[in-house]
Amino acid sequence: MSKFKKKTEVKQEIPTSSMPDVVFMLLFFFMVTTELRETSIEVKQQIPKATQLRKLMRKSLVANLYVGEPTKPQLYGKEPKIQADDVFIDTKDIVRWVNEQKAKLDEIERDQLTVALKVDEEAKRGLIADVELELRKANARKLLYTTLENPKDDN
Amino acid sequence: MARATPEIPNASMADIAFLLLTFFLVTTTMPNNRGLSIALPPPPEATPPEDIKIQERNMFKIQINSSDALLIEGEPREDISTLKDEIKAFVLNNGRDPSSSDNPEKAIVSFKTDRGTSHKRFIQLLDIIQGAYYDIYAEQAGVTNEKFREAASDLSIPDNRAIYEKGRAGIPLNISIADPTKVGGN
Repeated sequence: MSKFKKKTEVKQEIPTSSMPDVVFMLLFFFMVTTELRETSIEVKQQIPKATQLRKLMRKSLVANLYVGEPTKPQLYGKEPKIQADDVFIDTKDIVRWVNEQKAKLDEIERDQLTVALKVDEEAKRGLIADVELELRKANARKLLYTTLENPKDDN
Repeated sequence: MARATPEIPNASMADIAFLLLTFFLVTTTMPNNRGLSIALPPPPEATPPEDIKIQERNMFKIQINSSDALLIEGEPREDISTLKDEIKAFVLNNGRDPSSSDNPEKAIVSFKTDRGTSHKRFIQLLDIIQGAYYDIYAEQAGVTNEKFREAASDLSIPDNRAIYEKGRAGIPLNISIADPTKVGGN
């Protein structure tokens, strides 16, 4: 009988003393690799994938435009919209928006402004072409179509 | 009498750390500053419309219609696995094949979409076209494609600029993205 009793005394606890260390490590990882949300994005953002990516080095020179179907169709309808900062804008407002972005930069760097277009996969080329035309009028001619990295080269 | 050892209770440390972790997970995003970079042409009114004669042989035409179907050099096409190599061969033809380009400086890849073309398809094709050019540049500069793109992203470093200029020498990035046609879409 005693033979069997001994076996039941094996400890079955997971050691938890190192738990805070593990969690703090995760916390620091996320603090270092991520950045605070500046805008809450109100359009669908299923970003397309590509392989030939280039990286923008200076974040201060980048202005973001988001294009896609609104995430709240009952409020804003189903047509794809352009979002800049925290508001929806019309194509005719883009020139003014670019000038605002340029005004934030030092005078010497104003022509280096890059517009990053974050466009949903489903969005149509027509709307984006309209945006591009306005950007040309506003003389903001450096453009980046934001994409995700496609790990496999399957073209 | 045994002295009471002063201790901070640390049983709740894990909970506090989890709370902080959750806060950061919710309020932050992964930055994404990467993508396909292009330069737009000057504003339409600044450039008077002129009739530029480009020989047919110096144009590599890629068209996409509103249902995302492809027309390459006038031929409908579904399989695009060989397209990159075709563009490379076209740009680097240097007059060997009389039906292909004269030289890399004259060679133009013309890319035309419709207003109804999806952005996904547009990016897919633009990726292939730019990939062909980056491959050519990288080979001329004697580095890998990835290394070349990395160098092109930051030209403030002299080594990078040297690679970039060596790769680009004599081969301009002639990708013409035309105004979309108005068959489909809004």
